[in-house]
Amino acid sequence: MDLRKKKRKVLLMGKSGSGKSSMRSIIFSNYVAKDVRRLGATIDVEHSHVKFMGNLTLNLWDCGGQDAFMETYLASQRGNIFSDVAVLIYVFDIESREVERDLDTYNAIINALKEYSPNAHVFCLVHKLDLIQAEHRQRIYEERSALIRSRSENLSIDTFGSSIWDQSLYKAWAGIVHKLIPNLTVIERFLHAFAKRVDAEEVILFERSTFLTVTSVSSEVGDANPFYDRHERLSNIMKAFKHCAARNTHTTPASAGFVVMHIKTPVFNVFLGRFTDNTYIFLAVPPGEAAYNCAVLNTMLAREGFAKAAATGHGDGFPLPTVESPDGTNGNHD
Amino acid sequence: MEGSSQLLPEQAQAKAGQLATGNPPDTKPRLMLMGLRRSGKSSIASVVFHKMPPNETLFLESTTRIQKDSIHSFMDFQVWDFPGQLEYTEPSFDLENIFGGLGALVWVIDAQDDYLDSVSRLNRTILCLQQLYPAVNIEVFIHKVDGLSDEYRTDTFQDIVQLISDELSDAGYENAPVHYYLTSIYDYSVFEAFSKVIQKLIPNLSTMENLINTLANNCGFEKTYLFDVLSKIYIASDTRPVDMSCYEMCSDYIDVIVDVSELYSYDNPGRKSKGEQNQEAESHVVLHDETMIHLMEMNKYLCLVSVIRNPESKSKKGLIDMNCRTFQEALNDVFSRSWEQGQGQEQV
Repeated sequence: MDLRKKKRKVLLMGKSGSGKSSMRSIIFSNYVAKDVRRLGATIDVEHSHVKFMGNLTLNLWDCGGQDAFMETYLASQRGNIFSDVAVLIYVFDIESREVERDLDTYNAIINALKEYSPNAHVFCLVHKLDLIQAEHRQRIYEERSALIRSRSENLSIDTFGSSIWDQSLYKAWAGIVHKLIPNLTVIERFLHAFAKRVDAEEVILFERSTFLTVTSVSSEVGDANPFYDRHERLSNIMKAFKHCAARNTHTTPASAGFVVMHIKTPVFNVFLGRFTDNTYIFLAVPPGEAAYNCAVLNTMLAREGFAKAAATGHGDGFPLPTVESPDGTNGNHD
Repeated sequence: MEGSSQLLPEQAQAKAGQLATGNPPDTKPRLMLMGLRRSGKSSIASVVFHKMPPNETLFLESTTRIQKDSIHSFMDFQVWDFPGQLEYTEPSFDLENIFGGLGALVWVIDAQDDYLDSVSRLNRTILCLQQLYPAVNIEVFIHKVDGLSDEYRTDTFQDIVQLISDELSDAGYENAPVHYYLTSIYDYSVFEAFSKVIQKLIPNLSTMENLINTLANNCGFEKTYLFDVLSKIYIASDTRPVDMSCYEMCSDYIDVIVDVSELYSYDNPGRKSKGEQNQEAESHVVLHDETMIHLMEMNKYLCLVSVIRNPESKSKKGLIDMNCRTFQEALNDVFSRSWEQGQGQEQV
C-alpha cells in the first residue's frame, strides 16, 4: 500500500474504433451514451488528468488506435509510453472481423509493457457486447476472454464484458478503480465497523463525479439480495437522474448532483448523501423509522469525524488511522 | 391501515363509467388510437403503456388487427390500437361497438410525412362522430415532431389546425371537442399529451385539482403532480402553468424510486422490521441547487410528486409530510365518495 504515490498512469489502448474514447467520455466527462456519436477519432495520444477520490489522480493516456500510431507506440515511443504504467486498459471490439490480428497487436503491447512496467495491472474489456444477441452474450464473451488470456504472456489479467448502453460499463470501471485506490483496506475496515454499528444491510461508497462504486460491505441479509449487479445499476440510475437534473436546472452535468436522498418504504429504507468531498455514502437499512433516523444521524456524525481528521492532516480527504466520533456512537476499528 | 380503501378507486371509476354510458358490458373508458399506417400508433402505445425504450419501437411490426389492451390502474381503461389501412366510419363496421363506449379518439398524424391524406380522413371521421357520438373527445397528436425544426413545427401545427377547423366550421360545427398536441416518443411530450387526454376522462378531476391546489399553496410547493406510477401519466396537477422541466424531473425521479425499490425489495426471512413505519413509501431528494423533490405514495397506483424551491417550506419537512397524509385521506375520500354516489343513483 503506497500512500505517497498519488499519480497513477493509466494507458487506454485498443484498435481504432473499439470505443476507448467513448467509454472515457461517459465515465469521466459526463457524456450520455448517445452523445458519443459526436466523438471523432483520437489522434496520437490524448492526455487527461482525472481527479478521483481527491488524493488520487489518474493520468489517463487515451492512445489513438490506428495502425500507424500503434507502430510508433511500439517502436520509437516505446519507452515513453510504456514506462511507469500502473494500469493498462485494453479494449477489444467484440464485432471485430480480424480477431487474430487484434490479438497479435495485443500480444506486442503486452510484451512492451512487461519490459518497461512489469508490475502493471492489465484489464481487458470486451466491448460493444450490446451488439450480440442476449442469449449468446455470455458464451461469446467467455470464448473471447479465454483467447485473450492465452495471449497474455502469463500475466494475470482481469477481463470484463462491457457496453456503453447498460450498467456493465460501470461494473468494469468500478473493478478498475478498485485496484487503484491506495488505502482501500482502511476504508473497508471502517465501513465494516460502521455498517455493523448502524445495523445496515448494505453500505456502498460511491465516487462523487463518476458515481463508480469505490467499495461496499453488506450484512448477511444484504448478501441475500438476488441482484448481483445492483451496484452498477445504482451507478447507472443515479447518473441518469443527475443528467436529468442538470438538463432541467440549466447547469452542466459536472456541477449537478444531489445533496441528499431519502427513500422510505415498508420493506427497506435507503439513505444517500455526501460523505467526504469526493464520495457519496449509500445506506440500506431495514424498515423502522426510528432506527432509520438514528442511522442517518450516525452517518452525519461519522462524516464530521472524517472532516475533522482530514483537516488536521491525518488523511488526504479520505482515510484516517482512527475515526474520531464525537459521541462514541460510531465505529472505531482497533 | 388504508388496506380496504385502496380498492375503492377502481370500483368507483368502473361504476361511474357504467352510469355515463348506460352500456352494461365492457364499459371501461376507451382510448382509440387511429391514423394512417406507419404514423406511430403502436409505438406510442408501447412507449407509454409498456415502457418500451423509444429506439426499440423501430422493430415493431405493422399492426394487422385491432389490438385491445386493458390498463389496470387507478381507473381501468382500455387502449385500442387500430390498423391504419382501414377506414372505420364506413357502414360495414359496427360503429356502436367501436365508439359506443365513453372515451377518446386519439388520431395520430405523422408530421414528417405528407399529412393531407390523413387530415382529410380525420375530417370525415370527426364529422361522422359529431353526428353520432358527440361525447367522444377527439385528440389529434401531431407526431414525430422530434425531427422538425422549431419553426417548421409551429407551421405544421398551425396548418393542420387550420385545415381541420375550416372543414368543421364549413359543416357547421363550431365547438367540436377537438384538441391538438405536438408529440414525440423521444421526449416527454407524448406522456404530457396522454396525461391531458386521460384527465378529461376523469369525472372528479376538478375536485382533485382543488385539493392539490390547497395542498400546494399551504406547503409552498412550486409544482405538484399526481402521477400514475406505472405509465407515468399525471392524472391531476395544481393549476399553475405547466413547467416542462419540473415534469421531467418528477417523472425521472419516479423512475429512480421504482428502480431502487426493485433492487432492494427482495424477500428474505432475515429482514426484520426494527420498528414502526408508514405503509406508504415516502422519499425526497435535495439537488445541488437546493431544489427539493418530494414523493409520496398515495395508493397502489398513484403517487404525489412535488417540487419545492421555497427555503422556508423545505425546513418544515415534518409538516409537509403531515399535510400530504391529510391529502391522501382526502383523495381516498374523493374516490370512495363517487363510488357511493354511483351506487345511489343506480338504485334510483
